[in-house]
Amino acid sequence: MIKNRSIVTIDDVGDDDLNEIFTAAEEMDKLIKSGKKISILESRIMCTLFYEPSTRTRLSFESAMHRLGGGVITMADVKTSSVSKGETLADTIRMADAYSDVIVIRHPLEGAARLASRFTSKPVINAGDGSGQHPTQTIMDLYTIRKELGKIRGLKVTLLGDLKYGRTVHSLILALSKYDAKIKLISPPSLRIPEYLLHRIGDKSSVEVLDTLEGNIADTDVLYVTRIQKERFTDPNEYQSLIGSYSVNNNVLESMKRNSIIMHPLPRVDEIAPEVDQDARAAYFRQAANGVPVRMAIISKVLGGI
Amino acid sequence: MTEDQTLKISKIKEGIVIDHIPAGKAIKVLSLLNVGEHSGHTVSLAMRVKSKKRGFKDVVKIENRNVAESELSVISLIAPEATVSYIENYNIKEKRMLSIPDQITGILKCPNQNCISNTKEPVQSSFRVLSREPLLARCEYCEREFRGNELLGKL
Ligand SMILES: [Zn+2]
Repeated sequence: MIKNRSIVTIDDVGDDDLNEIFTAAEEMDKLIKSGKKISILESRIMCTLFYEPSTRTRLSFESAMHRLGGGVITMADVKTSSVSKGETLADTIRMADAYSDVIVIRHPLEGAARLASRFTSKPVINAGDGSGQHPTQTIMDLYTIRKELGKIRGLKVTLLGDLKYGRTVHSLILALSKYDAKIKLISPPSLRIPEYLLHRIGDKSSVEVLDTLEGNIADTDVLYVTRIQKERFTDPNEYQSLIGSYSVNNNVLESMKRNSIIMHPLPRVDEIAPEVDQDARAAYFRQAANGVPVRMAIISKVLGGI
Repeated sequence: MTEDQTLKISKIKEGIVIDHIPAGKAIKVLSLLNVGEHSGHTVSLAMRVKSKKRGFKDVVKIENRNVAESELSVISLIAPEATVSYIENYNIKEKRMLSIPDQITGILKCPNQNCISNTKEPVQSSFRVLSREPLLARCEYCEREFRGNELLGKL
């Protein structure tokens, strides 16, 4: 049960919790489509603290809370408010604790959400910290795979792109390893998965670390493409030389199975050519649309709404 | 230690004796305890003393000094088989065998520069020990795993 508990890493969500969230997300989806008024979390307040910009994630959380009938408060611009006055995260969290029922945090430093959860009795939801974890994105990704392909267990999943800094893939890889997925990790050598993560997957799942797309995706069920995050590079030349070193276009599509899907956390840069969008296997916009019902399910589970 | 060798370092009235330190690591133990030129403690040190258990060892005696639990846990990383004797009025009041704890709190810094525990937040660093031999520990905050040399390198 995740009621009243923080979700900092995907490990905080048990297998049963995941299944409950999936079921609840399906219900939320139906509720949204029905157009009926939802008051599951009426009079409850969510506080969003975004220490680095991520409009997409913030809007998804805020939309989810509004849909549930709850209220949202947010620190408008963290950079100009308490942080620049030197306030610790711990103190900001103590304040948010007093004003809200659930706290959503995104922070550039790794471990920030865990630290936050130690300074409040309210549940904290990690919306991404450093190059660490982003569990709600992971749940949304798993939900998408399940919805698109009917199951997750045993699937052949290929992750492509920036596997070093890409925060979304790290928690996804950990989660997939619990589903006995056959995982292929394709990236330029300088953007390979960190050693410590590979170590954590251990022998739970079969993992192959590869350099090229070519000849490696014919049997793939899910091709998960990630973006290269420009802000992670100190040297702009390094960024330029890497971008476009892997790209999914119609040629790549041709080598894939008919009943496979392509996912991407969005926004994309050059990793997926626009021509791919027309193909039924392009699942990334459907994936993005799953963000709101999945986050509705997570927030209401955490607050004991359903 | 044989009686003969005991005489090489004088007995102390009050303080601590750390014995069975791996040969050559005594200085590291002292720096860990911040015992040095300016600390004001009298230190006796014996390096490469013959040991019954394993070849050679180091022994450290520090007068009028106590050790905190957190310090012991970090010493145990360098000297997993060390013993610490607490001396009062020339007598051993208590003797403890060190062992690497399940949790290492404080003193060590997280080697991950991007970890929140390295900022001015009001928390101590904290590592969960996953394996003792070889040492492997996970930061409670950034969740990264580090080997012994990575953790101790910054001391
Ligand atoms: Zn850390």
